[in-house]
Amino acid sequence: MRFFTGSIVAAAAAACLFVQTAEGRTLKWARSGDALTLDPHAQNEGPTHNLNHHIYEPLIIRDSKGKAVPALAESWGLTSDPLVWEFKLRKGVKFHDGAPFTADDVVFSYERARQPSSDMKQLLSSVDTVSKVDDHTVRIKTKGPNPLLPANLTDLFIMNKAWAEKNNTVKVQDFKNKEENFAVRNANGTGPFMLVSRAPDVKTVMKAFPDYWGKDQYKHGVTQLEYIVIKSDATRTAALLSGEVDFVQDLPVQDIERVKNSPNLKVAIGPENRSIFLGMNVGAKELETSDVKGKNPFADKRVRHALNMAINREAIQRVVMRGQSVPTGTIAPPGVNGWTKEMDKYPPVDLNKAKALLKEAGYEKGFSVTFHCPNDRYVNDEAICQSAVGMLGQVGVKANLVAQSKALHFPLIQKEQTDFYLLGWGVPTFDSHYIFTFLYQTRTDKTGGWNATRYSNPEIDKLTVSLESETDLEKRNATIAKIWNVLHEETIYIPIHIQTLAYGMRKDVDIVVDISNQPKIKFAVLTN
Amino acid sequence: MIAYGIRSVLQAVLVLLAVALLAFSMFRYVGDPVANMVGQEATQGDREALRERLGLDDPILVQFGRFVADAVQGEFGISYKQGRKVADLLAERLPATLELAILSTLLAVVLGIVLGVYTAIRRDGVIANTVMVLSLVGVSLPTFVIGIGLIYLFAVELRWLPSYGRGEVVQIGWWTTGLLTESGRKSLIMPVLTLGFFQLTLIMRLVRSEMLEVMRTDFIKFARARGINERSITFRHALRNTLIPVVTIAGLQFGGVVAFAIVTESVFQWPGLGALFVQAVQFVDIPVMAAYLMFVAAVFVATNLIVDLLYFALDPRLRNEAPAGAGGR
Repeated sequence: MRFFTGSIVAAAAAACLFVQTAEGRTLKWARSGDALTLDPHAQNEGPTHNLNHHIYEPLIIRDSKGKAVPALAESWGLTSDPLVWEFKLRKGVKFHDGAPFTADDVVFSYERARQPSSDMKQLLSSVDTVSKVDDHTVRIKTKGPNPLLPANLTDLFIMNKAWAEKNNTVKVQDFKNKEENFAVRNANGTGPFMLVSRAPDVKTVMKAFPDYWGKDQYKHGVTQLEYIVIKSDATRTAALLSGEVDFVQDLPVQDIERVKNSPNLKVAIGPENRSIFLGMNVGAKELETSDVKGKNPFADKRVRHALNMAINREAIQRVVMRGQSVPTGTIAPPGVNGWTKEMDKYPPVDLNKAKALLKEAGYEKGFSVTFHCPNDRYVNDEAICQSAVGMLGQVGVKANLVAQSKALHFPLIQKEQTDFYLLGWGVPTFDSHYIFTFLYQTRTDKTGGWNATRYSNPEIDKLTVSLESETDLEKRNATIAKIWNVLHEETIYIPIHIQTLAYGMRKDVDIVVDISNQPKIKFAVLTN
Repeated sequence: MIAYGIRSVLQAVLVLLAVALLAFSMFRYVGDPVANMVGQEATQGDREALRERLGLDDPILVQFGRFVADAVQGEFGISYKQGRKVADLLAERLPATLELAILSTLLAVVLGIVLGVYTAIRRDGVIANTVMVLSLVGVSLPTFVIGIGLIYLFAVELRWLPSYGRGEVVQIGWWTTGLLTESGRKSLIMPVLTLGFFQLTLIMRLVRSEMLEVMRTDFIKFARARGINERSITFRHALRNTLIPVVTIAGLQFGGVVAFAIVTESVFQWPGLGALFVQAVQFVDIPVMAAYLMFVAAVFVATNLIVDLLYFALDPRLRNEAPAGAGGR
């Protein structure tokens, strides 16, 4: 396996500056955080999948717009049995070690992803069995009809069965076991790039895989890909300005103008599949952190409507985000199935009307509540909260801000220990059901995992569950629209904006902003 | 001497245990590691199962006891973030930090002494005064401002030096060094300057004031009266007598440089222990945080011990069990 691991020396062998050879070029890609692991099933996390997408491949991959396109599967569809999906696999595909890709690898990888120590198991929770029909056909049988199964497979990477067995990495890393798993730092995928070396949190070097099945289809021109971690915002921008890196995936908001004005650089800006919003505890009898006792102001719909009117989204966009956000009236990001222009409309700021509504609800003098906010998770998260505190104060609601690390913030939401909080949500399946089940459905062990609003509406629960097995898409979309109608009238969340992404790069590099913030270099174009 | 050695080792163990206990009692305020370890689709049941597997629900003292029992055997567990052995991670990062710290301290001591002596002798010179004014900048400007300033000037504007990382490194056994390649040496310049600047100015000002004081003492006057040349007086007689406080400061600062290279390492994306620690805190990677804090405590204990031993070498009075009342200026 020396071939795959290499040494740090070899990693650093590429010169410090941009290398250009006759056949192609080195692309240096900088980002603030690293993938946690190369093990494709150990972590269900964006940056981890992003790096792994270059080495491993799923059956179906999403392009930069979020559209599902074929990768290792050439085609797929439901069989006559509504429980059984069939995938026709691509022929002539090779793993980096030369082994051919077959149905056995798919069956093996999905079984691996379903192990208890896998972090990908939830995406396959509807799966009953995965079986091989022939070398290039796989069938997946689900426990009930699941129209969204293909959408769940876009980050489920395929490993080589023989390689995993040989290197004793059939099982996903278990943290109780004090040994490092082989797949954490070594990889053998079918992807467009093969691993040369990896120093976690420093640099990962890959080179183009000469036998890649899609090399004629994806002419990206990159022969060597270096993924470099530069955590400090100023240093990352400096590395781009000085030409030491070619592409910065997370350009700090304050540096966009500076990079735009640089003669050799450009900035690509696009919306991310992630909304930022405020959640309220609507279900409790009394708010623990409020000065109002005996009743819950958030339980009153008029109060929620009033707060929705008090938040000045455009001011947040202008002042806090320096224009880099899209104000929104719904927590569904555009591009998600079920999103409509109609529901994206937000009420105009109207403090008088908001005050009148609060008065009508019996809170003329306002009320106080503790407001929890992360300070290291979303773009300018703490600053958004600070401005919201000021806006709410104008209608008499005294929000006492507690801004802290995501490691402290998220457990409050998971354990329902907050009355008022900020949260961001991305929708990897690009379907409204994902939002309903995590953010609106009644909290149980399986559902409502991120719903700290204590909102519980049996009608919504029933409709949400019905989406899971409704295979008639027209009927299904009608149900989605119906659910959104109810939820927007209820205003359980106060949507603020859709995050935008800013990629900074050299003028001769063309990387389109990826809506999931998982740019895939095979879709990129280098020009001379 | 032997009794002194045993006492120092026992003290060191106590300090390490105290640091570990303090660290463990603080970890729960850092947050819940499980929040970072599973994806957003994980259910509450998945999270609880992971907490259970990691033993995070046990009382602090039980977790502490388990850590100490493992640490005694040299076992620091698996990083929650990277899924790798913590001991391997630290060993991999150690050369980067030590190389940076040793070079910074060397720079600070050598240049600090030279400039200190110079500014003491040429008290009214233009150069000496300029150096003194500049040293104020070193004492008062925060490290990260100096670092970013250097990056802006030498990486972005002049493009002489790389803005991040270690450049090309050469592996010698388990040690890695950037000193043997051009890009490695170039990469060292700015971080070493940034990290060493404060120490440099501190040592320089210390040497200067000590020198001024010593130059006023009687034995220097007598030396002059005896006609010993000025160079010999400065370096052989005066400088020697200023070195004890300098050794103390330099020694203690070395511990500080290793421990607080965090800021410099973050600014320059230097792949050392400090950067590892910052990432561990953000992820609530308890095994890495615990091992790092133990390491820093060990460095401080060790440098203190070495400084104490150096006193014996530098000050003959300590060796000769000076009679009460003697010694001390």
